[in-house]
Amino acid sequence: MRPYRLRLRATKDNGFKGLVFVMSFLSMAPLALILFYIAKQGLSSLSWGFFLEIPKPVGAQGGGIANALVGTFLLVVIAALPSIPLGIGAGIFLSEHREGAISYWARLAVEVLQGTPSIVLGLIAYMWVVVPMGGFSALSGGIALGIMMLPMIIKATEETLNLVPYALKEASLALGVPYYRTILRVVLPAGMSGIMTGILISVARIAGETAPLLFTAFGNAFMNWDVAKPVNALPMLIYNYATSPYPEWHRIAWGAACVLVGFILLLNLFVRMVIRRWKVQF
Amino acid sequence: MAPRPYERPSPRWQEAAFQKGILLAALAIVALLGAVFLSLLFHSKPSLLAFGASFLFEKTWDPVSGTFGAIPFLLGTLLTSFLALAICVPFALAISIFVGEYFRSGMLSSLVKNVTELLAGIPSVIYGFWALFVLVPIIRSIQMKLGIFPYGVGILTASIILAVMIIPYAASMGGEVISLVPSDIKEAAYSLGATRQEIITKVILPYSRSGILAGILLALGRALGETMAVTMVIGNSNLLPSSLFGPGNTMASIIANEFTEATATLYLSALIEIGVVLFLVTTVINIVGAYVVKKTSLGG
Amino acid sequence: MEGTVLKTVRLSAYYGDNCVIKTVDLAIPESRVIAVMGPSGCGKSTLIRCFNRMHELTPGARVEGRVLLREADLYQMNPIAVRTRIGMVFQRPNPFPMMTIRDNVIAGYKLNGIRLDRATRDGIVETSLKRAALWEEVKDHLGRKGPTLSGGQQQRLCIARALAVEPDILLFDEPTSALDPTATARIEALMTELKKSVSVILVTHNVAQAGRVSDLIAFLHAGELIEFGPRGQLLTTPKDRRTEAFLTGKLA
Repeated sequence: MRPYRLRLRATKDNGFKGLVFVMSFLSMAPLALILFYIAKQGLSSLSWGFFLEIPKPVGAQGGGIANALVGTFLLVVIAALPSIPLGIGAGIFLSEHREGAISYWARLAVEVLQGTPSIVLGLIAYMWVVVPMGGFSALSGGIALGIMMLPMIIKATEETLNLVPYALKEASLALGVPYYRTILRVVLPAGMSGIMTGILISVARIAGETAPLLFTAFGNAFMNWDVAKPVNALPMLIYNYATSPYPEWHRIAWGAACVLVGFILLLNLFVRMVIRRWKVQF
Repeated sequence: MAPRPYERPSPRWQEAAFQKGILLAALAIVALLGAVFLSLLFHSKPSLLAFGASFLFEKTWDPVSGTFGAIPFLLGTLLTSFLALAICVPFALAISIFVGEYFRSGMLSSLVKNVTELLAGIPSVIYGFWALFVLVPIIRSIQMKLGIFPYGVGILTASIILAVMIIPYAASMGGEVISLVPSDIKEAAYSLGATRQEIITKVILPYSRSGILAGILLALGRALGETMAVTMVIGNSNLLPSSLFGPGNTMASIIANEFTEATATLYLSALIEIGVVLFLVTTVINIVGAYVVKKTSLGG
Repeated sequence: MEGTVLKTVRLSAYYGDNCVIKTVDLAIPESRVIAVMGPSGCGKSTLIRCFNRMHELTPGARVEGRVLLREADLYQMNPIAVRTRIGMVFQRPNPFPMMTIRDNVIAGYKLNGIRLDRATRDGIVETSLKRAALWEEVKDHLGRKGPTLSGGQQQRLCIARALAVEPDILLFDEPTSALDPTATARIEALMTELKKSVSVILVTHNVAQAGRVSDLIAFLHAGELIEFGPRGQLLTTPKDRRTEAFLTGKLA
């Protein structure tokens, strides 16, 4: 066969490669732009006072995000407490039972729950907690966030445990260790880095969530440690202040955005460290 | 013979307790899903009874008069999601080809992969915040140049920021599937005198198409349910969207905006009914996507 | 009067700093089956990959010296052009799984963006499959996908695919090592038939196979061309000690 249109195709080849390059780098541009902009606008707001004070009324200078930090902390703890044991338990079940009707439906439920929009979960928490309690609370917000964490923890647990080789289990069982202890004392620790990673990533995810909190935790202009009452949260503060007409509040929102993004970046770095130090190579 | 130091009676009840425990955990998840769906249906009953099927076809949303029709928000959701998908797919494909074929390893590859992961980790409200202060003024000035009313906010703006947010989801599966294309297929194509670009477009992409499709479906599912960033830049109008440059609302953003204002039972249940529609739409897309993923990893 | 179809002039190949082919001078006459043999790691696959310029696809790989196809210097040409004149059949059959049998045969055209009208296309498909001795078995199933065939049939499909672009030379890189004896025999018969229209260069580690199909044998050891001569002569009275050691099984 005679070589066909070589120059044209060579040009196409190089052009295509260039196009792929350019578009790939363009896709990354927003990250750089956003990070720079947040840093530019928000870093100047950061000070000790920023972290320790609560917001001042409109018009007054200064103020901080202390109540939002406390609120986010409370929400994460309330979310994590039930979700971690439940998630790990379900993950162990799915890893031990690859087949079967219950596993099938449980896996399906995990997929559906993971894909459910967070605002819908907020509606659920409203119906299940806010209505019976007669008011907004950190508890309801935490429940909504907890439901969001579950699928991520379950998947991380199941996938990590599946990677633990059968030989490890065999060795333990051959020593006369009962099955449940083998799982709890041998298999689970071997998969700890993967499970921890799953937990940390889900914490990073819910720390930034706003939608489910809009009508559960609701927000609070003051400091509040009572889980039965409304609380403020970092992302919610950002939302409220960013969409307000007051430039002073915008400034605070940028600072809060700095803190939130910084926290998430740190968590991501921490996750990488965890993987490097604790990951068991088989 | 001396008894072995660690000899113990077999712990039957602990074993059973453990097995029951993890079984309960798994059942709890299924029950949770069922409860979620049933609750949503139950609490939207007043609205279901009042409007029936016309809820999905009525275009007036007026809390004052008690008329609730979901069309503006259905349209808003579909418009923004599909427009965002259309914008994001070329970029996501580019990234997939970049890390799957041209740069499988090395610093550049890690950079692109890490940046893409980080993009997925940025909270929605941050995207919305940035879009509100940076993207909206840009769109506004473009609109002024084009002679259109300079809303700044609107369907197009929301679609753009949505596109940026879903790129990592569309690119994630694609990159992996592309890198897994067996090298002997590629070698065969090289030996027939094809250029690299021809091999990518005519061999690698068709081979990986189900993985790429799965990523796109995942991205669509995310886009449909995305709330905060969209709410902040879509303009919040309850009328049928008249143009891409004009304001609108999505199913997620209407709930976000009006739920705390809703006092009447009918109003509340109408919003919850929108939640049901949203839930069903995203669930269907996600199940289809998960099915495609399963077929890809089994069939290859 | 037949001429030389392929000639190498002080050909050397490197992976980075590691020299794996050392100044090979080879002149291959056309319409013959040339077997390239040698112990594992002697560089036989690398050698033929220098012919269709597949060697350079590996990062860090390079070539020195010249390779001439008739009078044309292959390393001055566009590599794409080279590969349409020198085809390759691989050790493991690798038909394109997402294409039909018909499309697999004309893949060389499709991938290069050449549009064929129905008549031409069907003509090429039939001719190539007949040359690869596969036509009778698949002529009613041209719309089926590649992987539904047996290993031997898949390999003949790959041969048809390589033949469809009408190369001057067809390189076979241990084409039967993944096949059973019957399939092997069919492909060996095929090679003997094909040499009338296409020059065949066969890499094999199987001395018996070389004995069955080749006209000339090149013996390679540690990247050097030790001997090159007619089959009968090389197999019975090899000139070099190392050739003899290989043939009698002393060298792996």
